[in-house]
Amino acid sequence: MTGAESNPAAILAAEAEAARTDRGAPGGPAGQAGPRGRRDSGPRARDTTAYLQYAAGKLGGALVSMFAVLVTSFFLFRLIPGDPVKQMTGGRRVSSEQLEAMRQEFGLDQPVWQQFTAYCGNVLTGDFGTSYQFHAPVMDKITEALPATLWLTGTAYVLYTLIGIWLGTRTAWRNGRLGDRFHTGLALTLYSVPSFWLGLLLIITFSVGMGPLPGLFPTGGMESGDESGFAYVVDVAHHMVLPVLTLVAVGYAQTLLVMRSSLLDEMGSDYLTTARAKGLRDDLVRRRHAVPNALLPTVTLMFVNLGTVVAGAILVETVFSWPGLGGLFYQALSVPDLPLVQGLFFVFATAVILMNTVADVIYPLLDPRVGR
Amino acid sequence: MTTETASVPAPQEPENAEGNRPPQEVKSPRALAWTRRRHSAARFWREYRTHRAGVVGLAALVLIALAALGAPLLVGSDAQSVTEAPGEAMQAPSGEFPLGTDQFGRDLLALLVWGARISLTVGLLAAFLSVAIGTVVGITAGHYRGWYATVIMRVTDWFLVMPTLVLAIALASVMDRSVWTIILAIGVTTWPTTARLVRAQTLAVESRPYIERARALGGGHGHIMARHVLPNVMPLVLAQTTLVISSAILTEATLAFLGLGDPTVVSWGGLLQDAREAGAVSAGDWWYLAPPGIAIAVVALAFTLCGRAVESVLNPRLGVSR
Repeated sequence: MTGAESNPAAILAAEAEAARTDRGAPGGPAGQAGPRGRRDSGPRARDTTAYLQYAAGKLGGALVSMFAVLVTSFFLFRLIPGDPVKQMTGGRRVSSEQLEAMRQEFGLDQPVWQQFTAYCGNVLTGDFGTSYQFHAPVMDKITEALPATLWLTGTAYVLYTLIGIWLGTRTAWRNGRLGDRFHTGLALTLYSVPSFWLGLLLIITFSVGMGPLPGLFPTGGMESGDESGFAYVVDVAHHMVLPVLTLVAVGYAQTLLVMRSSLLDEMGSDYLTTARAKGLRDDLVRRRHAVPNALLPTVTLMFVNLGTVVAGAILVETVFSWPGLGGLFYQALSVPDLPLVQGLFFVFATAVILMNTVADVIYPLLDPRVGR
Repeated sequence: MTTETASVPAPQEPENAEGNRPPQEVKSPRALAWTRRRHSAARFWREYRTHRAGVVGLAALVLIALAALGAPLLVGSDAQSVTEAPGEAMQAPSGEFPLGTDQFGRDLLALLVWGARISLTVGLLAAFLSVAIGTVVGITAGHYRGWYATVIMRVTDWFLVMPTLVLAIALASVMDRSVWTIILAIGVTTWPTTARLVRAQTLAVESRPYIERARALGGGHGHIMARHVLPNVMPLVLAQTTLVISSAILTEATLAFLGLGDPTVVSWGGLLQDAREAGAVSAGDWWYLAPPGIAIAVVALAFTLCGRAVESVLNPRLGVSR
């Protein structure tokens, strides 16, 4: 959420450019450049087998990435100093036999590689172990918190994507005007703001109340607890206003900037001149001709953002005490609750990998020019 | 993405360099190279000046950097001391303390100035580390084809799909609490974007004829990468660095806010965490919360503005439309 995200559209564009230069290169023996050029050019939409090969390659890559995530989540958190068994007993006096028994129970007396294979097997069957602090299966905690997160970040995602695309189109179409400069400046400023700080300020202003302004919104949580039926829905929506506002304010800049720059790239194109020469209204030229082409990089970004919907709101959920996955991650970190951290790490990474793979697989279908 | 240095050969081959110039007194190849670099730097600055946002960003950065460097002179070196705090706890802004005091009675303005040091240091070093890793990986992956490139790009892809913040948090939480941990955590998790961009540019550069010429003249791998590819990817790297700095500063603030920073030093993210723990939110003490966040936003925005200006100066394709 804090702008550390990469810009996939820029990378795609750069790589496509590199691929073109690569193919058109006069250097190298002709016999070698030929077949390599063909293989590098990737699938065309009409070339089904090549596309299936490409998709299979991407899926294989995703599987490798998933395995890497397993390895990381197993070994990285093993580096946390301290004996997990001692932490579990929480400083109580325990005999060494009891410690031994606990080690055996959690499989900590086995060699590391056996622990690792056991861990992989467990994760694949959906068993992430038992949380130290809640004494409940990690999987249960995750499924419990998932809907809250999806509600919050899903709503924010839809809003900031729509706002980003709409404003990006408007600013690019009238670039250089006052409105363009204002919106680009505002978006860049909000993009530079830490999300948690914006959240805290919103709480102070609208929940605690400032000066003559009374507290309009609740400071945190997801529900007041005593409502049901339609009143419950209104209550949850009331609680959602501030966190969603924070997420949208920090999030829409990226979509706006990508949409704006890709539309600007299209605007000099000949086909737009043709469309205007046919006598189409400016509005139609924009809606029917320019925007669909300019949407391509934005679609990639949308999928990448969708992957972070699950993980993206650690800070905002913490600040607003939203009972979702991000808040759970923060709680787990402060203990540290090893199995819970591991499980959440795996879920977050999996969501991102999944969505990136979907974007990779869909992209050549949408844009035959980019097929690497 | 053509650059000033693109078509000029390395200083070892003076014949070509002199061929394009009016006959002056004979200079050494090194002197010629330096003249050329001075000229391109001057040209860069002339074009950079035309981007107003970039100039504003640069001015803001110079001001903040001066404040950070002069912190001991400006606000005194004992500003961070809890025992010698000048004021009372949680005082609202007044003439004596323009931004109020924290829960120990320390002057918040002084803490803010001191915090600039940590935030800027961490941002710059982490960005430098990240871009350095990315450049080395990108150039080597673009230069050596075959299994090396495949493996290294696989690793890059893997880092690219990891949720950056989550990985940085995980790294920071398994290591000691120190400034270096934060720098390492940010640097190690954010390099893949740079690596992919640099690799793409390396591929484009390596397909040009003068690389083949250098190879035919007997240039080894190291020579080609250091003398021909590196100067050509440098502009991209420079623009990328300024952009990475701003996100590194944001990530630093985030990690510090989560309590993963060094508890012994004052940073902007740490100030926000202190404010939250001291109950500034429920008490409505906006004067405690607002300044550190504004400082973070201003610095991050300034670096972003500089980065965009550098990018559009160095990348002619962008410069026309933006």
